Amino acid sequence: MTDDELIWRISGGSGDGIASTSQNFAKALMRSGLNVFTHRHYPSRIRGGHTYTEVRASADPVQSRGDGYNFLLALGDSFARNPQEEAVYGNEEVKPLSENLDELREGGVIVYDEGLLDASEIPNFEERAEENNWHVYPLDLRGLARDMGREVMRNTAGVGATLALIGMDPEHVEDLMRDAMPEKILDPNLEILETAYNQVQEEYDVDAPDVAVPTGEHDETQLLMSGSDAISYGAIDEGCRFIAGYPMTPWTEVFTIMTKHLPKLGGISEQVEDEIAAAALAVGASHAGVKAMSGSSGGGFALMSEPLGLAEMTETPVVLVEAMRAGPSTGMPTKPEQSDLEHVLYTSQGDSQRVVLAPGTVEEAYEQSRLAFRLAYEYQIPSILLYDQKLGGELVNVPKSHFDREPNPTLGKTLTEDALAEQPHSADGKFHRFQHDVDDGVSPRSLPGQKGGRFLATGNEHDPTGHIAESPDNRVAQIDRRTQKLEAIRADLDAEDTGSYAGPEDAQYGILTFGSQQGTVEEAVGRLNDAGVSVKSYGVSDMLPFPTEQVEAFVESVDEVLVVEMTASGQFRGLIQKNLGRYGERLSSLLKYNGNPFEPAEIVDGFEAAIIEGDGDASGHQTTFVPAAGD
Amino acid sequence: MSTFSAIGEEREIDRDEYTPGVEPQPTWCPGCGDFSVLKALKQALPEVGRTPEETLLCTGIGCSGKLNSYLDTYGFHTIHGRSLPVARAAKLANPDLEVIAAGGDGDGYGIGGNHFIHTARENHDMTYIVFNNEIFGLTKGQTSPTSPKGHKSKTQPSGSAKEPIKPLSMSLNAGASYVARTAAVNPNQAKEILIEAIEHDGFAHVDFLTQCPTWNKDARQYVPYIDVNESDDYDFDKTDRVEAQEMMRTTEESLYEGEVLTGRFYVDEDRPSYGEEKRAIGEMPEEPLAERYWDDDYEWERSHDSFLDKHA
Repeated sequence: MTDDELIWRISGGSGDGIASTSQNFAKALMRSGLNVFTHRHYPSRIRGGHTYTEVRASADPVQSRGDGYNFLLALGDSFARNPQEEAVYGNEEVKPLSENLDELREGGVIVYDEGLLDASEIPNFEERAEENNWHVYPLDLRGLARDMGREVMRNTAGVGATLALIGMDPEHVEDLMRDAMPEKILDPNLEILETAYNQVQEEYDVDAPDVAVPTGEHDETQLLMSGSDAISYGAIDEGCRFIAGYPMTPWTEVFTIMTKHLPKLGGISEQVEDEIAAAALAVGASHAGVKAMSGSSGGGFALMSEPLGLAEMTETPVVLVEAMRAGPSTGMPTKPEQSDLEHVLYTSQGDSQRVVLAPGTVEEAYEQSRLAFRLAYEYQIPSILLYDQKLGGELVNVPKSHFDREPNPTLGKTLTEDALAEQPHSADGKFHRFQHDVDDGVSPRSLPGQKGGRFLATGNEHDPTGHIAESPDNRVAQIDRRTQKLEAIRADLDAEDTGSYAGPEDAQYGILTFGSQQGTVEEAVGRLNDAGVSVKSYGVSDMLPFPTEQVEAFVESVDEVLVVEMTASGQFRGLIQKNLGRYGERLSSLLKYNGNPFEPAEIVDGFEAAIIEGDGDASGHQTTFVPAAGD
Repeated sequence: MSTFSAIGEEREIDRDEYTPGVEPQPTWCPGCGDFSVLKALKQALPEVGRTPEETLLCTGIGCSGKLNSYLDTYGFHTIHGRSLPVARAAKLANPDLEVIAAGGDGDGYGIGGNHFIHTARENHDMTYIVFNNEIFGLTKGQTSPTSPKGHKSKTQPSGSAKEPIKPLSMSLNAGASYVARTAAVNPNQAKEILIEAIEHDGFAHVDFLTQCPTWNKDARQYVPYIDVNESDDYDFDKTDRVEAQEMMRTTEESLYEGEVLTGRFYVDEDRPSYGEEKRAIGEMPEEPLAERYWDDDYEWERSHDSFLDKHA
């Protein structure tokens, strides 16, 4: 265990306010000058069921949830199902304590609500505490909260106890409560916080905390933000003022954030009958001249396949976001996975003509949300932003200055009526919306209501005016032109340089990853190098068009590459090989698909077992090693 | 020059403007009822004063979807069953456009049934024309949602065991504020009904009986037809939901007994359109959103100034 970081886990039942309490605590740590990173684990249930959130805080930058944790605040599960009946779900009442012990580090702290949790019901609890040198503080948080306010305020009592035990001044938490709480509940909460804090200070010797809060300092204003926030703000800053959607976890977060803000910005949000309609509405709004988006998670995105293809064929700009969760079918609705990669790349009939970007961090989520819009509108193509429950939901601190950029509401190559008049038309006045020979393959467009711009948009193959045409020459010309756009986009993306590299350039080994696992991989690369292993990593964001040159150069520069991804079938590795056409003998896979994202130690151990020792057997971890071809 | 100067242009419009200069050879069969929809639209649009370039016609897939090829306006030939979500979004994005959606009975009442129900429910200010020929024509004669019970086809060789959809009743129950039925063989009524439907401020649904002489040879030519608003045999108030419901029921049943009843079945002039409802709750801008992207003076809001402080 290291002393330079706090990883605080708060556990309880769904509906007990775990998420909001942890968010406030994370923000207090951020305001105190620390870097923070949160990780949410929750079931697909409204009430009850074991849930926890981790808040990692350090003076150094934090890129992942970290390994295990060192401080547990176990609250009760107030919605636990019949605790006497240990049927399918077991004794749910003690789960906030019993379910969390395996990952608690040696020397860690446990605060549990003895008003609700009976530790004697957990087998070998005392022995395990002794063995692992855990410091256990049973406190009647519920009783304290009930005496001074309401039982539900026991979360506040738990935070007060935490502050005392880690030696942190309560002022940041108090400030946050003042900002966030209505007056009626503010006073009792403040009182509960103070009482719990004082009580722990008096009862226990906390001058030398078992786990001390680190101290740090920020040199500029920080924001606590999730990937879903960043994607939404990126869309707004790029001039998106129309969203259509249907609720589905975890995409609902972006839909909700956009819906909250758009009406205030004179925009429109539409909750519609299904995801087919949602994507079709985004296409219709964009066709009429508005920057528009839609999105969903796996199952809902499957319904969008046809409108997606329609956008490709009619060259209607649109942005779709896909928040992956574990599949197939309903899968595990609240658990992250990256296994929709191939689905998003290839769904819908015909050859794919789309952009797919997979941001790796919250900062990148903002940048690539903007990039997805820019590419969609400049190149008249659907762009898909691919992320997952992990990136969408985790909160990290980001400097406010990161967002200090100019808005970009431009529609791309969309003509004014004056410019339209200069464009080729048929004898009867029909505008040549889909010209065969144009720069970059992008043929300028008109909007309904413009004089001299009428044309037909159709999902059929069509001639320059948009009319249905099946002649071989026209077909080849149109397909080649649309394909040419992808080449232009690749060149554009090369200048954007969305890749993220870590580790020494001349390293012996490499790790390739994509999307939300990037930060965890980079942390693992740091540790491996500290331990004397020469390794570097490349987090790839452009899934389509793929950065073949860059990835090939990376693979070429090392002896062996481990591909890290949250799929069971190695989809990203497959994509690399499809694009590179060789190197199968140089690429092996480290996979995880148990519903939890990688921890850095799993990658460190997995890498050592796979590449250094060569047998791939990283015992103690639920990861899977798939050797390179020929091994 | 404004951005959308075709919109609101006050001028005489010749119906020939809706005819493509190089008119493609129609792919409709001789005697097809679809020609009548085309003709009625070409008559109705100049009368309501809507020019080709302020009109957006969104179609589905099927013989009816070819309408875009023969009517020269802005067009969006979408995918099977999805004309309505594309059309209604275009209307939200630019409410000044005249938006018309069209498709067949399989398109609107079958594969696109969910969109039909919800677009009617929301009462978007647009016209929806359903070419109802009681058959899948383009795919060569399969049983459709409006085919009568017992209809035999290669996909229902023993005769359909299903009762047909009741489109007028479905529309009324879903929330359409104008519901009418006309027939290809009644061009004058068709034109008048389309004029009313286009001028109606809300979702206007026109079930347009279009005979299919190729794949539905057994079907009637939808003659003789009776206009229920003019016939002495029928007396009902089209502004009364309950009376309308009963008249629709009679009409839907009698079609399969050889009696073609047409006319306006339900008209609600008071119900606000979806755009008005959205604006009333502050969820839609007063000015067309599509105009804003061309307003050089508009100060585009950005997250940095508007939303970030709550994250600090």
